[in-house]
Amino acid sequence: MNYRMMLYIMGRIMQVEALLLLIPMLVAVFYQESVTAFLATILLLAAMGTLMTLHPPKRRSFYAREGFLSVALSWVVLSFCGSLPFFFSGAITSLADCFFETVSGFTTTGASVLTNVEAMGKGLLFWRSFTHWIGGMGVLVFVMAVIPLADDRSMHLMRAEVPGPTVGKLVPKVRQTAAILYGIYLAMSALQVILLLCGGMPFYESLVYTFGTAGTGGFALTSQGLGSYSPYIQWVITIFMVLFGINFNLYYFVLLRRWKDVWKSEELRWYLLIILGAIVLISVDIYPRVGHIHDTVRTAAFQVSSIMTTTGYATADFNLWPEFSRCILVLLMFIGACAGSTAGGIKISRLILLFRMARRDIHRLLHPRSVQALRLEHKNVDGETIRGAITFFILYIVLLLVSILLVSLNGYDFTSNTTAVITCLNNVGPGLGMVGPMGSFASYSWFSKLVLSLDMLFGRLEIFPMILLLSPSTWRRK
Amino acid sequence: MRVIIVGDGKVGRTLAKQLSAERHDIVVIDQRAHVLRDSINTLDVIGIQGNGASYDVLAQADVAHADLVIAVTSTDELNILCCMLARKMGARHTIARVRNPEYAKPLFFLKEELGLSMYINPERAAAMEIFRILQFSVASRVDTFAKGRVELVEFKIAADSPLCGRPLSSLSHLYGVKVLICAVQRNGQVSIPDGDFVLQAGDKAHITAGHNELVRFFTAVGILQQKIKNVMLIGGSRIAYYLAQQLAESGIQVKIIDNDPQRCEHLCEILPHATIIQGDGTDEELLQEEGMENMDAFVTLTGMDEENIIVSMYAVSKGIKKVIAKVDRLSFLDVLNNANLDSLISPKAITANHIIRYVRAMQNSLGSSVETLYKLVHDEVEALEFHASATSRVIGVPLKDLRLKAGLLVACIIRGRKVMIPHGESVIEADDHVLIVTSNRQLQDLNDILQ
Repeated sequence: MNYRMMLYIMGRIMQVEALLLLIPMLVAVFYQESVTAFLATILLLAAMGTLMTLHPPKRRSFYAREGFLSVALSWVVLSFCGSLPFFFSGAITSLADCFFETVSGFTTTGASVLTNVEAMGKGLLFWRSFTHWIGGMGVLVFVMAVIPLADDRSMHLMRAEVPGPTVGKLVPKVRQTAAILYGIYLAMSALQVILLLCGGMPFYESLVYTFGTAGTGGFALTSQGLGSYSPYIQWVITIFMVLFGINFNLYYFVLLRRWKDVWKSEELRWYLLIILGAIVLISVDIYPRVGHIHDTVRTAAFQVSSIMTTTGYATADFNLWPEFSRCILVLLMFIGACAGSTAGGIKISRLILLFRMARRDIHRLLHPRSVQALRLEHKNVDGETIRGAITFFILYIVLLLVSILLVSLNGYDFTSNTTAVITCLNNVGPGLGMVGPMGSFASYSWFSKLVLSLDMLFGRLEIFPMILLLSPSTWRRK
Repeated sequence: MRVIIVGDGKVGRTLAKQLSAERHDIVVIDQRAHVLRDSINTLDVIGIQGNGASYDVLAQADVAHADLVIAVTSTDELNILCCMLARKMGARHTIARVRNPEYAKPLFFLKEELGLSMYINPERAAAMEIFRILQFSVASRVDTFAKGRVELVEFKIAADSPLCGRPLSSLSHLYGVKVLICAVQRNGQVSIPDGDFVLQAGDKAHITAGHNELVRFFTAVGILQQKIKNVMLIGGSRIAYYLAQQLAESGIQVKIIDNDPQRCEHLCEILPHATIIQGDGTDEELLQEEGMENMDAFVTLTGMDEENIIVSMYAVSKGIKKVIAKVDRLSFLDVLNNANLDSLISPKAITANHIIRYVRAMQNSLGSSVETLYKLVHDEVEALEFHASATSRVIGVPLKDLRLKAGLLVACIIRGRKVMIPHGESVIEADDHVLIVTSNRQLQDLNDILQ
């Protein structure tokens, strides 16, 4: 294995993070808050990063193994380094809490250990939400768009970081593809900020909520949710949550005016259909509580979009809703949004694939000699992709069960534990019970927080890179 | 430029690698998903699975906006069809690999109608290259620049050569001939030498000059051999056919040994002037019996790299002066450098080089001014021919006053019909053609030679 190359990439990542930290520091300066925590972190990261990239490796060989490991390792490094400002400033005292909070930010989960969000400085809150925006599109994809890493082999990096069963490039060059994706991301974020400003939201809050929406993260500025904002703002956020849950390749097709490809996308159709169905069902279920038809639909639409795209914002405490609606929301957590978006979850295209495979095998019981090809997005799917989806699903279930077991050590109720794991593994944010939209993860032990932090990383990187990082056979010299 | 490569075989892969390194946007089309996956993982390219002659696949590759489509699948007909279709759909240029000799004439007539910008026959190209080397038998490789007026020749310095132990700056005094040694390969390392460089036995020197100067130089040094009169070819492949045809035309005796009786009969029909022997070309006794030791040159062209290498080594050990081996897998060639095999020919590499040369010339019209390009010493050194435009910054300044990049040499200036080997006082003028030898890759323009 090429350790030096990986060290070099980690160094680059640290340098990039030091640069990114300058932005929240400027915010802190603007609001006349203390910047020592930021400054210390930036200097530390810049020094470490420069030291690690001082001697670029001569052997630049870079294979699938290095790709997966670099991605997993950089997310851990990134999260750890990103948690230092919280620790240095003393805003969060325990290191485990800091790590949890930052992992939750980068993986766009939005689960928080903070009980009193309002007490934190504006600079730190900005950084907390900014991590959503960075993590949403992928850190290495961003780095690749800016500096050349392992040009020819960079597909390995991209594949490990971009969610979905298959990853394709938009244009032949990885760097250009990364630049296009980030361009779309930036443009859509800018549009949302403008629309929120039009709704009378202050600039700082528009930025923070846009970061949360774009990355499908979910860190808010209060622990009371977004219910106090005007219906216009709630609708804007609802619509943008849905938009950021769509495969970004489709936006590229829109730019190229390939409308037919967008219209024919099976994943998009199912995505919108599921959202619509869930909104209708929940509206009917909660109508007696809310009473007003417009309020009902808006509340249902906001919660459904928020959970389905694994954002995790809330305008109502759905923890208090009827059991049927709560159950629908938990199911939506599993489904997640489209592949190639910023959202988490199992992803719709993967589920379509799994269901079609099940249907095919059942069909085969009745007609043992039948030959059927599996198609997704009007293309045949090769055996490797199918196997990948099955393996993913198995590992996903195992991970879920083991995590629930480990978190149960804390002794809290079953609903809270289970939904806490589900919400972390799917990068959603709020769960039910104790960890509901108005609650927090503060009362869990450091061990549970570590398990949940790992779950978030597992979920964001779609399991495989993290499994490789944690399995001893990867590191053993052969 | 946007380049679509149809066929992800050895040539396709080499092209994709080289062209993507030169920052072109590459789309590779192939029917075999597993081969394609390999390419996508190791190269910065997009892969599309499907038949390259299918309308849908080409449309998916956005052929309408492609600058160049290169069809290098294993089937001639598919390549031609693919290029026709691509041209109709809007591709600007197309290149097809066509290897069946029977299509050579139809293609010559139909090139326009088929929409082909260029077609390449790897076997014929390899045969031509072997032929050129045989003509200049001291050289292990011969390339030409400036429409053939300048030759770039690779030759090995023997232990008894008078060139041994002399600094390069003394050569022109000693022999009164203007030649330039522009690259030297020693123990696997390549260097662009300066005047103080001292040659040793075993070095491989690359030398540029006009043809007549080269002949005079080699005569003066005393290593010019007799003209080759008879050649033995092992393996009756297509290369052997083209080569035998060329050799016969220039009055050289050809003897071909092949194991397949049917092939031998066929060769007999199409090559009336050659002697065809049916037998195992790896059989020592047969080789002796057919008078191998009296041959001036020996070329191994069977389909097996290993056989070619072993038989060639045997021929070298028997004292044959000129031995050429065809080798397809170039990855292990470094090992062979010690085995006294100086001429190795790879049709696939030659094909890829020809196409890349075409691509660079195409790019010429898009801003770069590279006219021809040759790769020397396992692609580590490039020899590029530039056209000096009137606006270039190198014009009118004596070479000694130009701050050139390290590892770079102005090897030759061609002004009209005159070929000049430059010295410190030489000046590049507008409209000159300049030959640059460099270990620094990706020179795009003559101005790039400056620091």
